[in-house]
Amino acid sequence: MGELFEQFDIWSAFGQTLYLAFFSAIGALVLGTFLAIMRVGPVGIFRRAGAAYVNLVRNTPLTLIVTFCLIALHYQLKIYLAPQDSPTSIVDNGVRWAIVGLAIYHAAFVCEALRSGINTVPTGQAEAARSIGLTFTQSLREVILPQAFRGAIAPMASVLIALIKNTTVAYAIGVAETAAFMRDGLEFRPDLSFLIFVIVAGFFVLLTMPLGIALTHLSQRLAVKR
Amino acid sequence: MSGSVLFDVPGPRARRRNAIIAAVGSAILLLLVVLVIRALAHNGEFTAAKWNPFLEWSTWRFYLLTGIWNTLKAAIAAVVLAMIFGFVFGVGRLSQNTAIRWISGAVVEFFRAVPVLIMMIFFFGIYAYNGVFPAAWNPFAAVVTALTLYNGSVIAELVRSGVFGLPKGQAEAGLSVGLTPGQTLRAIQLPQAITAMLPALVSQLVVILKDTALGTIITYPELLQQAQNLASARSNVIPALLVAAALFISINYLLTWLAGRLEARINNRGHTAGGAIGRAPTVPGAPVDQAHASALTPREARANAAEAP
Repeated sequence: MGELFEQFDIWSAFGQTLYLAFFSAIGALVLGTFLAIMRVGPVGIFRRAGAAYVNLVRNTPLTLIVTFCLIALHYQLKIYLAPQDSPTSIVDNGVRWAIVGLAIYHAAFVCEALRSGINTVPTGQAEAARSIGLTFTQSLREVILPQAFRGAIAPMASVLIALIKNTTVAYAIGVAETAAFMRDGLEFRPDLSFLIFVIVAGFFVLLTMPLGIALTHLSQRLAVKR
Repeated sequence: MSGSVLFDVPGPRARRRNAIIAAVGSAILLLLVVLVIRALAHNGEFTAAKWNPFLEWSTWRFYLLTGIWNTLKAAIAAVVLAMIFGFVFGVGRLSQNTAIRWISGAVVEFFRAVPVLIMMIFFFGIYAYNGVFPAAWNPFAAVVTALTLYNGSVIAELVRSGVFGLPKGQAEAGLSVGLTPGQTLRAIQLPQAITAMLPALVSQLVVILKDTALGTIITYPELLQQAQNLASARSNVIPALLVAAALFISINYLLTWLAGRLEARINNRGHTAGGAIGRAPTVPGAPVDQAHASALTPREARANAAEAP
């Protein structure tokens, strides 16, 4: 085992996975919340645009989205997310485009999770907010969304866990994260295949299972008592 | 709660405001579209040379249709095997024997926690290193194995929640006419649970179909891989990827529509005690079983499966 850790930079691969997960989760949360507000709002065109986004993105493979980000948007359309002249430009652009792709894809699921959270808010809450004269934005900000977020913790948790696992897809555009280590490990040390699998699988199990349990606990504790 | 509950029926002022917001919003959306089109045009993406390949039969014959066929082949093989895996471990989790229940639970939880791509790369390496299959079969075998293990675990959960979602009276009736718990499960609970979870199974097919695209990483010539091959042969990266995306989206829409139809049909038939929506039995005055009511209904299970990213 020590041998493997000496031969491959496993810690930096794990670190890269966490880095991708952290920033794409923030991106997906922001974009997803924005989409959810569009989808429940009073303006028809925003509702339709939000629905179109969710339906198109949800039915497209993540691998395709991430690949498109790098080879179409970056290579073909020459959109740079990191300075072109920096020595780490290639690596940085790959990582940042992977984050963009992951955020775009998971935002659709965050939006749906949040909408299901809004569904847990009783009609009476919205009616009460309206009847004391709050506007749409006010009632959303002060009454609906705080309760919706608490009700959406459980579905959001499954989106977050899926996102952590899906960061491996960044390997499709050459980001040096856990799947890249897996591929290198199997190529250069096929004799240690099972050990490598146990290390990588163990990393994901240790990452996602406690997170799942903690978030389920949190969702029960924070659930609005009704 | 539908969107309309969140705001009042708009009056004249609100209607005017909404119209202004809609106009500004449309202008922004339109601007985005124009910017995208201009960037694409600037890059020469609308030239005939880049789109003409899609009018040629050979493009479809050698790239896209082959890709679709490989994608469907892997997805169908995976869904059949995943159902077998799912039923074995799903029933295992319902077993009377603590050891079997525990082992099945551990297997299902483990394969749900490990990313599909990690399993794909692992099995690709294992099959290649040990020469399990002829070399040309390795990518296909690895894709199918990984998809089977992950989706089989998801189906095992569907089986379990499908049986839990049935009214308690079904099992009680089975036991009280003298069937053993195993017979009750096989003859009474499972047939109803399967009918109820059919739409969820079709939805799971969408997840499997999308995940076959991961096969491109281990050189399986599925649709995405074939689109990239086409792109390098005809140097039309953006059109090729857009067409591949359109094909994936159409196939998945078709499957989603099919799941909806299936669910409507099962609901209309109304023979299962659980039904596709997992309603409790409608014996007048029967007390509602709270423990059962709080269990995951098949519809919720289906929604969860469909929403799994």
